[in-house]
Amino acid sequence: MKLLTHNMLECRIKGIENRYPFVIEASQVDTVEQDFDPDFLRHMYPRLEWPALKAAADSLGVTGLPTSVSEDMLEDEEFLKVFHHALLEVVLIEGFLVCPESGRKFPVSKGIPNLLLNEDEV
Amino acid sequence: MRTASISLTTYNREVYEPSDDTFLLVDALLKASSQWPKRPYLCIEIGCGSGFASCALALILCQLGLPHHLIALDISKDAVTATRATLKAHGVISADVVQDRFQDFLSRTEQQYDIVVFNPPYVPTPDEELQRTDIARSWAGGWKGRIVIDQFLSYVPKILAQEGQLFLVVVSENDPPGILKALEELDSSLSGQVLMTRRADEELLSVLHIQRR
Repeated sequence: MKLLTHNMLECRIKGIENRYPFVIEASQVDTVEQDFDPDFLRHMYPRLEWPALKAAADSLGVTGLPTSVSEDMLEDEEFLKVFHHALLEVVLIEGFLVCPESGRKFPVSKGIPNLLLNEDEV
Repeated sequence: MRTASISLTTYNREVYEPSDDTFLLVDALLKASSQWPKRPYLCIEIGCGSGFASCALALILCQLGLPHHLIALDISKDAVTATRATLKAHGVISADVVQDRFQDFLSRTEQQYDIVVFNPPYVPTPDEELQRTDIARSWAGGWKGRIVIDQFLSYVPKILAQEGQLFLVVVSENDPPGILKALEELDSSLSGQVLMTRRADEELLSVLHIQRR
C-alpha cells in the first residue's frame, strides 16, 4: 500500500471523533520505482491531506518533505521528486494501521490493509 | 490494446471467475477510453473479485500514457488476495488493494474519483441470500437484484469528481432506465446512458455509463 492510499483511509469505528489519519506501525516497507510524472503530482496535490502524508512519511523514515507546500513549489522539480517518492514509491507491505483515537489496529498483510470492522464496532 | 489475460488471472471456488459480465465491462471501458472527458487520475473498482477488470483498466490507462492511481476494493479476503496476484502477474504497479465494505470505505467524503467501476451483485435472489458470506456475495442481489446497487447509488453523487465517470454493470431485471433516473434524481449534474448491451445465456447484460457534468 502506497502512502497515497494511506492518505485516503480513515478509521470508521463508531463513537470517536479523531479518526484520521491512521498511525503506521510498519514491520516491512519496500520501495517500488514508479514513473515520475509532474502533471500527476500537481493534480493529486489538491486532493491530499498534506500533514497526513508528511506524518506518514516521517514515521517510515522517508525524509525531505516540507511541513507545508506553496504553489511555486509544484513547479520545482527537486521538490516534486521528493513528493513523488513519498507518495508513490514507498510501499507498506507488513504492519498495522492504528486508529489515532481508539488505538484499534488494522492489519496490513502482503500490502493489503484489512479495514473490516467487527459487528460491535459499527 | 492489451487488457487483462485470463491465463494471468487468479480465481478459485471463493472468487468469481471472469465471465460474460466481466468481459462486457472491460469492452465498455475500452470503448469509453478512446474519449475520456478528462485525464483520469484517481480510479476505484468496487468489488474487484479476481482483479480482472481492475487490471484491464490499469493496463488501458498505461497504454494511453495516463498516469493514475487505482484502488481495488473488495470485502472478501479471497478476492483481495486474488486481485493482488492478478495485478502482480500482469505487472500492474499503479493499483493498491484494500479489504473493506464499500459502504465504510466510501464514507470518507473528501475523496472524489475520476473513474468508478462497479460490477455489483446484480442477480435477483431472495433477500436472505445477502446474509451469506461465501462467494454468493459476488452475485446475490436480493429483490430485483437491486439491494446492493441501491445502497451504492446513494454514494455516487459524493464520490464522483467533476467530469468523473461511473461504469456500472446491470441486468435487465435491475431496471436499467430506473437506475439512470434514480441517479439523475439524486443529483441533477449526473447523466447517464447504456454504453453497451450483450445477451449471455439468460441474462441481458448492460454497462451503464454515468458522468458528472
